[in-house]
Amino acid sequence: MNTLAPVIETLTVLIAEDSAADRLLLSTIVRRQGHAVLTASNGEEAVRVFTRERPQLVLMDALMPVMDGFEAARQIKQLAGEELVPIIFLTSLSESEALARCLDAGGDDFLPKPYNQVILAAKINAMDRLRRLQATVLHQRDLIARHHDYLLQEQRVAKAVFDKVAHSGCLNAAPNIRYLQSPYALFNGDLLLAAYTPSGDMHVLLGDFTGHGLPAAVGAMPLAEVFYSMTGKGHGLAQTLREMNARLKRILPVDMFCCATLLCLSTERRVVEVWNGGMPDGYVHEVVSGRRTPLVSRHLPLGVLSAEAFDDRTEVWPMALGDRIFLLSDGVLDTADANEQLFGVERLQQVFAANRHPDHLFEEIEQALAGFRGQVRDDISMVEISLSPDQPLRSPTLVYSDSGQASPLDWSVSFEFRAETLKHYNPLPYLLQLLLEIHGLRGQSGALYSVMAEVYSNALEHGVLGLDSSLKCDARGFADYYLQRNERLAQLSSGYVRVHIQVLPTAAGGCLTLRVEDSGAGFDVEKVLALPQEVDRLSGRGLSLVRQLSSDVHWSDGGRSVCVEFCWEALA
Amino acid sequence: MSVDSAVSLDGKKLTIAVKGRFDFGSHQAFREAYERFYKVPDTYVVDLKETTYVDSSALGMLLLLRDHAGGDNADIRVINSNPDVHKILAISNFDKLFDIS
Repeated sequence: MNTLAPVIETLTVLIAEDSAADRLLLSTIVRRQGHAVLTASNGEEAVRVFTRERPQLVLMDALMPVMDGFEAARQIKQLAGEELVPIIFLTSLSESEALARCLDAGGDDFLPKPYNQVILAAKINAMDRLRRLQATVLHQRDLIARHHDYLLQEQRVAKAVFDKVAHSGCLNAAPNIRYLQSPYALFNGDLLLAAYTPSGDMHVLLGDFTGHGLPAAVGAMPLAEVFYSMTGKGHGLAQTLREMNARLKRILPVDMFCCATLLCLSTERRVVEVWNGGMPDGYVHEVVSGRRTPLVSRHLPLGVLSAEAFDDRTEVWPMALGDRIFLLSDGVLDTADANEQLFGVERLQQVFAANRHPDHLFEEIEQALAGFRGQVRDDISMVEISLSPDQPLRSPTLVYSDSGQASPLDWSVSFEFRAETLKHYNPLPYLLQLLLEIHGLRGQSGALYSVMAEVYSNALEHGVLGLDSSLKCDARGFADYYLQRNERLAQLSSGYVRVHIQVLPTAAGGCLTLRVEDSGAGFDVEKVLALPQEVDRLSGRGLSLVRQLSSDVHWSDGGRSVCVEFCWEALA
Repeated sequence: MSVDSAVSLDGKKLTIAVKGRFDFGSHQAFREAYERFYKVPDTYVVDLKETTYVDSSALGMLLLLRDHAGGDNADIRVINSNPDVHKILAISNFDKLFDIS
């Protein structure tokens, strides 16, 4: 058997020893093991040699003149920094206190005199193993740190790009929206978007992608683009949802999807229309009665079903001015305390129940979460939107297809939308795009869209579908109304809505005449117009809006045909 | 966390049992549980009796299984889910894709 342990790697070993004889003896032993040797005759010299040569291991005599081994060990450890330079004390001291001092001073081991070659070799090898382990750990730590920095840098870039897309909406500008979201929520898969439709309604989306990190963030970009472009063009929730679902289904892997609540809030009509696929219950909070209506998930998340199987049915709830909508991500409910207890729906309900002033609800939930956990998690998204009377009727920035050429001013066009089309297709965005080719109309695009939306839905709902608007006299009837609307639309097999558009130049500028006819039974125009305008009634708001916003409006053919005019002055 | 799978004697039914947390950590094991069988069974049963927790990536894994088992034609039963797990499946309306009990 070989008395010397096999040498794995040649080391440079510093031997600090004041006795010349011992120095020589040790040097010989260590060299014979295959290592390179440096020597010093006192502590001060040892520190000097260490600084100059950076040996990998030190054999240190404890008691030396000028500077003893304890002090030299302290200084060498300090110079070595994070790198492990093992120091083995050589000592004739035997009392445990002295041996403990060697280790306290930073020594890693000690070797009693007189020297035993076999033990010395074994200790050097053992220390070398430790040294290399430490080096590996440091290397891997640095590697991880570098990767981490790289990842953060990537996230910063991705976030900067994403912010340009995602925050092109009205999330921060709208006075009636409050939200709480960590700046890097995107990388937890959370997404919050808000934008105005051409008629001044507000669309809001709170989404939650599966997973974490960049994979969770990649789907957010196409989703945001679909949301903004379709909202801006006046598409309704159903069309927007269909497009979002189809887009995500196409680009995401099978196991990825996006839970989402999408809603359309209309100050004009005092309603909210909601689609919830896979998100926790949201709430409509009635301020006067204190009642909360849950907005329940009725659908599979976006990106799961094929376009054919996708269900775009929405629910509609009435709202009064000042009422609030509250949406949250599952991070809120899954906030866990020190004992892994979840915050849960019941605690959230308690906060709702304890609320006395609706303006403070948002803070109260925040405080409840913070009090429950001690701190707020970074994957929490909450948003509160109130139905505010001063919601601006603003036009979003539309992308015009023209290149500044003169707009067409003398033309007309007619459409007939029949049953199968009425079921699935909303022609308004298309018609609006067409009309905005006329430069003079762009200033009133919001009003134009609102009027078009109103006369079209009157023609469809009261005309073709024969729904009675007096149903909408209370909240219950309101829900019935929309239920019946969906049922009758699904069963529709005949009927039409015709839209005739005529544009004529006038001396001052131009005039648009929009005539909408339907296949319904018509209505007693004089009787309806004679009704008093009750501002707070849920029904009957449409006609006064149309009269307010357009230059002229009149009915014919027993209420089956309505004609609206918009005039404009030539642009300077 | 562990994932066990067993095929019925006639080879027509594959049962996958997930124990403990059913989350991203189970990804590899869950896939292997159905991919390693050469013969494709008629019915899949995902037994969640001993599953304590389900997250959205577990829902994603169920979708992967559904895709593997033939998409819209897949026959997958998710059984024995506890109330918490059931709630998560219900919020996502997964009962429209899977036979959940």
